[in-house]
Amino acid sequence: MAAIDTSAAAAARAMTDGRARAIAFLARRHHFRVAEALPWLLALAAFFLFPDRMTFGSQVLLMVLFALSLDLILGFAGIVTLGHAAFFGLGAYTAALLTLRGGWEEPISGLVVAAAIAGAAGAASGWVLLRYRGLTLLVLTLATAIMLQELGNLLRDLTGGYDGLPGLAFKPLLGMFDYDLFGHVAYLYALAVLFVLFMAVRTIVHSPFGQTLAGIRENVARMHAIGSPVLMRLVIVYAIGAAIAGIAGALFTQTNAYVTLGVFDFDNSAGVMVMLILGGTGRLYGAFIGAVIYMVLQDWLSKVSPQYWQFAVGLLLVLTVLFARRGLLGLLEDAGRMLRRERQP
Amino acid sequence: MTAALEICDLNKNFGALAVARDIRLELPKGARHALIGPNGAGKTTLVNLITGVLPPTAGRILLDGQDITTLPQAARIRRGIARTFQINQLFRGLTVLENVYLAVAERMRASHRLWRPAGAEREVIDQALAQLEALRLADDALRLVRELPYGRQRLVEIAIALAQHPRVLLLDEPAAGVPSSESHLILDVIGGLDPEIAILIIEHDMDVVFRFASRITVLVAGAVLTEGSPQEIRADERVRAVYLGQEFCHG
Repeated sequence: MAAIDTSAAAAARAMTDGRARAIAFLARRHHFRVAEALPWLLALAAFFLFPDRMTFGSQVLLMVLFALSLDLILGFAGIVTLGHAAFFGLGAYTAALLTLRGGWEEPISGLVVAAAIAGAAGAASGWVLLRYRGLTLLVLTLATAIMLQELGNLLRDLTGGYDGLPGLAFKPLLGMFDYDLFGHVAYLYALAVLFVLFMAVRTIVHSPFGQTLAGIRENVARMHAIGSPVLMRLVIVYAIGAAIAGIAGALFTQTNAYVTLGVFDFDNSAGVMVMLILGGTGRLYGAFIGAVIYMVLQDWLSKVSPQYWQFAVGLLLVLTVLFARRGLLGLLEDAGRMLRRERQP
Repeated sequence: MTAALEICDLNKNFGALAVARDIRLELPKGARHALIGPNGAGKTTLVNLITGVLPPTAGRILLDGQDITTLPQAARIRRGIARTFQINQLFRGLTVLENVYLAVAERMRASHRLWRPAGAEREVIDQALAQLEALRLADDALRLVRELPYGRQRLVEIAIALAQHPRVLLLDEPAAGVPSSESHLILDVIGGLDPEIAILIIEHDMDVVFRFASRITVLVAGAVLTEGSPQEIRADERVRAVYLGQEFCHG
């Protein structure tokens, strides 16, 4: 009798242990890890280490933001798109036209308007396009970006066509910090915007909504079967991703003080996807690593070999896809795990 | 009393091919109804018609007396229909807990929340865990579904559907592919389901059908051949000819 009691008590204890562990798993998943401080500390360190490369640095940061927006919709929700530059471009032209035609030169509100317009475009196009999947969706998103580019070319009086709109003027940031020749203000501005939006995306992917995105990515038929409004969820995440891409585009315009229709290029859509795949999809910081490596390689190799730098980037992409399916961040995670295992035999 | 689920003269054509022909079916509250028939009879198609995966060509589907024929899938599910799949449709890269969490969160209308962590939804987690414990899956809560043996994956398949708290449950060959040494686990679960739920089970194993069901509908080539009690079906010569006989030949 006593033996039975003990085993029943043990079973009950095991059950509560399992319960506690399961709750802890979900409850701790979104907690910050120490390693997460590293990219931000490095970004701050770069500000002091390379004071004369800050214009380039701000371009890297806004590409991180652009890649992050793609990670949200491709990496987390599983939406394949080759037209993400459409939203980057809409944001970029919104920021430009606000100051040039509207006389609205305040930069931060410019970002907000760019986000609203790109987000609305994402919601509207998503409502139609996200009924399709796979190759069909790939081609439709690609066509959307091309059509926007052509529209910009038709409205040459407004957009400046392929010559673009140079020499844009913006008010000092927060009314205090004027953009300087070395891009110091631009860099810190881009870093602050990236940090805020990165934390927002991080919150979203760990939310119940983010969990449904994982469900849609893993098995859309089952999501329908448990009563999830799949299209609505996809449209929402697509609009959020579009809004963030729009902010990245507006940052591009504001930090460069010019914009051309090149922002809508297929190269831009494909480039951001390459960055994300290099870094690793669906893991937030993959966007960080991928964009930094791509941009630094491009910057360095295009000086060493202006003709062939794309070959090296392509080779790196092939190697990543073949040998590191989870991207460079996946490799880092594996390395970290192996180190830990060696330390505790 | 209105039936939990009522299907009236349901038809579905793919071009010239009729996969459902004037199907009538009535599931009272708490029904234990089996749907049998040879391969290609349209059993899974009927499940897809009931849940709204496919729109019917003609006919009506009533849930608790309300016409749901034109409602989209998500709206029907929210009104209390749940299903399992003949071939597992699971979130294979997620943990068992997350698989059930998703179903509970949809039912509790928590899934649209963007700004709080999934782990802060304690009520959702508690209900998901309770569901896993009821099916003795709690020990596997944190394992990825794709790492589980097939029999336990079939239990997750059922756990998700039960976590939806359905009034009508459609089980599409719940024990399919499970080795016979493990199939009793699944049959025990099915046998112990809430007597309030109306259940339609598609099953090939006649032992299971005769043990579990109080009514049986035989579907052949998209049409109802006959409906009756297990004794009536067992005695029906036509059923023997088109279905049971076939099974005996295989056996």
